[in-house]
Parts: sequence; structure tokens; C-alpha cells
Amino acid sequence: MSAATLAAPGAGFLRRRRRGYRLLTLPALVVVAAVIVFPWLFTLYMSAFDWKIGEAAHFVGLANFANLAVDRRFLEAIVHTFYFTLLAVVIPLVAGTLAALVFHRQFRGRGVLRAVFTMPMMATPVAVALVWTMMFHPQQGVLNYLLTSVGLPPSQWVYSPTWVIPSLVMVEAWHWTPLVMLIVLGGLASLPTEPFESARIDGAGEWQLFTYVTLPLIAPFLMMAAVIRTIDAVKAFDTIFVISQGGPGTASETINIYLYLQAFAFYNMGKASAMVVVFFAIIVALALLLLHVRQRLKWTG
Amino acid sequence: MADATALAPSRIPAARAAVSRLRRLARKAAFAFAVAVIVSPAILVFLWMLSLSLKKELDNLAYPPVFFPRPPTLANFAHVFADNSMGLYFLNSLIVSGFATLIALAVGVPAGYGIARLAAHRTTVLILIARMTPALSFLIPLFTLFQFLGLNNTRTALVVTHLVITVPIVVYIMAGYFETLPRELEEAALIDGGSVWTTFRYVALPLARPGVVVGTILAFIFSWNNFIFGAVLGSRATRTLPAAVYNVLTFEQLAWGPLAAAAIVVTLPVLVLTIFIQKEIVAGLTHGGVKGG
Repeated sequence: MSAATLAAPGAGFLRRRRRGYRLLTLPALVVVAAVIVFPWLFTLYMSAFDWKIGEAAHFVGLANFANLAVDRRFLEAIVHTFYFTLLAVVIPLVAGTLAALVFHRQFRGRGVLRAVFTMPMMATPVAVALVWTMMFHPQQGVLNYLLTSVGLPPSQWVYSPTWVIPSLVMVEAWHWTPLVMLIVLGGLASLPTEPFESARIDGAGEWQLFTYVTLPLIAPFLMMAAVIRTIDAVKAFDTIFVISQGGPGTASETINIYLYLQAFAFYNMGKASAMVVVFFAIIVALALLLLHVRQRLKWTG
Repeated sequence: MADATALAPSRIPAARAAVSRLRRLARKAAFAFAVAVIVSPAILVFLWMLSLSLKKELDNLAYPPVFFPRPPTLANFAHVFADNSMGLYFLNSLIVSGFATLIALAVGVPAGYGIARLAAHRTTVLILIARMTPALSFLIPLFTLFQFLGLNNTRTALVVTHLVITVPIVVYIMAGYFETLPRELEEAALIDGGSVWTTFRYVALPLARPGVVVGTILAFIFSWNNFIFGAVLGSRATRTLPAAVYNVLTFEQLAWGPLAAAAIVVTLPVLVLTIFIQKEIVAGLTHGGVKGG
């Protein structure tokens, strides 16, 4: 725009500059096209074929999708995924907010303790999952020892069809509560002080202060944490795969685990591709739903 | 509270002072307790991991559990390096994550600069969609492609796949960082006849070193932590550490001590790197990283 108002040499100068910037992005664009865009398109294409690795591919149109709609195991996997996601979003959100309220205060050793608290977030999920597997062991695991030593009955943990998903959520919450804490802590740090002061002058107690002032003010940050957590929880793989492999039976088999089996245990690449398309649609739909809620409640900060 | 109300009617000032001091102490203790409750799960899991790795197998399987190694032994670490080729897998991980990070820097840093100066904000939408895509949807096509090219079970295939993780994170971090840099110096260099490339190379890039450090560490960590790419595309000789440790668990029925030792070998480098980028982790995790799964 400003280029048009300038003299001719200036316009050429700016155009050359923009071309220079575009050239700088070119190598990355090539890489992204090869490893990210190509897989997207290929997946979409393969979802229309019946294709097992080592055999010829047959075009079947939308048959893969029609089959998925009546695949009981797939439908159950969707239910497991939603159950897991609900718990793995709500629990870290509540625990992370409480932790943020604590870390928002000044106290001795705050920096070090916050660093320790955030360590699980970066720890290699497979390594941590191995340790949890040992802790969950019904006979020799340390968790049952802790339960029984405070007088509670021992649990079968991941060996029980009822408890396997809550147990896995426990590991997921251990990993990702720190992320929610850091997001909310950033929110708390950015808050203005006046609403708190005036509420205190009006005689609000700590609890009222939290529910009527703090919570509405940090809502946009909670919403952001909820979106991120939802995307990650729906896609959770490492923890479930290492600790329960979707079992016992198929009690903790999520879409991602079933998808893995179809692709790399049964080599049904066509069917697996169709599952990826449905799975991706579910993730985008959930993300859009949460963003829509955020818009409706004007929680955009 | 009960004590306070019982003492309150007494009009002796010393008693009042004692009550308020008690109250303050009680509040402090409650807060300390809250801090302990919040931090202990993180500490205890890591300590238990350490404890398992330093104990003899007999103690690891004891019930009630033995909490403190008596005496601590490094035998488990020696075992995983000698009998489970942990050294080879460590090297594989180093090569795969190292090259994937280097390539990402080579293409991602200039791209981040270009995007920042073009104000091409739509490209970040692409990164966001990549963030939402399940990792398996990258893996199925790339597996098929590598099969066709005869590249399955090679480190090359692993490096290429890990670019899915490293390139978006470097581009995202760098674009954000270059946007915060003042443009006056660059303008001066361009008006003096410098090309876009020389301005980038000699003016902007030296200023962006802190951003490059953060991008490098985050890309390396996410690549290092990735499990599924190595598990599917790696062979017995080429798999990365997380995939190797998982295989040891399922197929060789390894004892708890060596397993915990292996888990520490995998995760310790990451925890050390994390110390350097405390503040930037959130940005990396919320927007840029294509994580496992």
C-alpha cells in the first residue's frame, strides 16, 4: 500500500525485499509440504481404498467409513476416548488451578519448588509410564502398599476393567497438571489489582474473592488450558500404550490405540486411514466447540 | 479456632498476642502443608524411580517395599549398558534428534524470520492444525513411502519423520522471537544496499541467539521424548531410546531395577535441558509442538 505512494525505485525496492523474505521461507515450505501436507493428502486418498500392506489396493469409495459406523470396537473406542478425555481435562484443570493459586503467593523456596513441580511435564512419557507400571503392580507395587498402610483396600489399578481408565488418567494428570498451572499462573500474574482491593473493602472473604473476582478474571486462561488439554488428551498414546496396551481386553482401548493396531499390527492401511480422518474430524470438532463456548461467554480476554 | 475462642475473653494482652501468633503459625503450617501436597507427587515418582534403579532386585520385589537402597548399587545401570545395548540406543537417539534438530534450524530459522517480516500470520494456522493432527496420521503415509523407497528401519527414515516434530516448533518459536526484535538496524542495513540475506545473516541472526537456543532445546526435547515414530520405523539396531526401553519391557521380561535405570537414562538428559528454558516451555507446549500420539 505504502509502496504505491512511493517513487518507482522505492516500489521496486520493497518488492525485491518481499521476494527475499519469501525465498527465506521456501526451504521450510518444501519440508512442511513433504512431511506434513503430503501425509494429510495421502491419508485422505488412502481412506477410499481397501488396502493391506503387501496386497493390491482396491478402490472402495466411502465403504471404509460405512464399515467404521458399524464397527463395534471402534464405537467403543470412541466412548473410551471421551471418558478418558473428560477426566484428563477436568482433573488437571482443577488441580492446576489450585496449584497456581498456591504458587501465586510469595514464599521461601518458591522458585525451586515450582521448577520441581513442572518437571513431570517434560519427562519422557515412556520412561515415566514404565515407573508407573511398576507402581501399579497389584502384589508388589508401592501404590497398594500406600493404600493399605492408611487402611484402604488394595486396588487392581490397570488390571481392573473399571479402574484402568481412571488409573491411566492419574498418570496423565501427573504429567500435565503443571502445564495448566503455568498457564493459570501466567493469567494470575497479569490480573489488575483494583478489583481485588475494592472487593476486600466491600468485605469479601477469601472464598468470595476467589469465586466472584479471581475465577471470572482467569476464565480466558482456563479456557485456553482446556483447549490445549482436550487436544492432547484425545490424542494420548504413549502412556496408554505402554501401561495397558488398551487392556484388560479392550477396556482402555482409545481411538488412537485401535488405530495403531489397525495400521501396524493388522496392516489395514485403508481402514486405518479412514479412522485417522474420522479421528481428526473429532479433534477439530472438539477444539471448535470449546472455542465457540469461549466466544459465547466472551472469555476471549 | 477452638483454642482462640476459648482464650479470647481473657483480657490479658500477652495471651492475645500469643493467640494471634498461634493463628499466624497455624495459617503458615496449613500453607506449607498445601505446598507439600502439591509438590510431593512430582518428587515422589522421581524418587521412587531413583530408588528402584539403585536397589538390588531382591529389595525391589520385597513387600512391604524397601524405600532406601541398602547399600545403593550401580549394578542396574551397568547391566542395561552391557546387556541391553543402552549405549547404542542412546547414540541412535542422539543422532536422530540431533540431525532432526539441525535440519529444522537450517530451514526453520530463516523461515521464522521471513514469516515475521512478511507478517504472514496465516502460516501459524498451519502449525496449529499440525498440532491437532494425530501423529499416526503422519506415520501411516510416511511408513508407506519409506517402504516403497526401501528406507524402513533406517536412521534416515527416523530423521525425516522427526522433522514433523522439530520444524513446526523451530518456525513457531523463531517467528515469535524475530517479531520482538527492533527493525531499525535491519532498515539501516537494507537502505545501505544490503540484501535480505545479508541483513538476516549479519544483523538479525546475531541478535536472535537467545531465541535460537530456546528453539533448539525445545525441538530436541520433543524429538527425544517421541516414542511412536521410533517404535514403528526403527529396527533392533536403529530404534531410539524410548522405543528400545519399551521393547525391553515387553519382550525380554527385564527385572525392575534395570528397567528403572533405563528409564532414568532416557529422561535425565531432558530434565537437565529443561532447567535452561523454564520460562519458554509453556509457549512451546501450547502452540508449536507436535507431540507423540
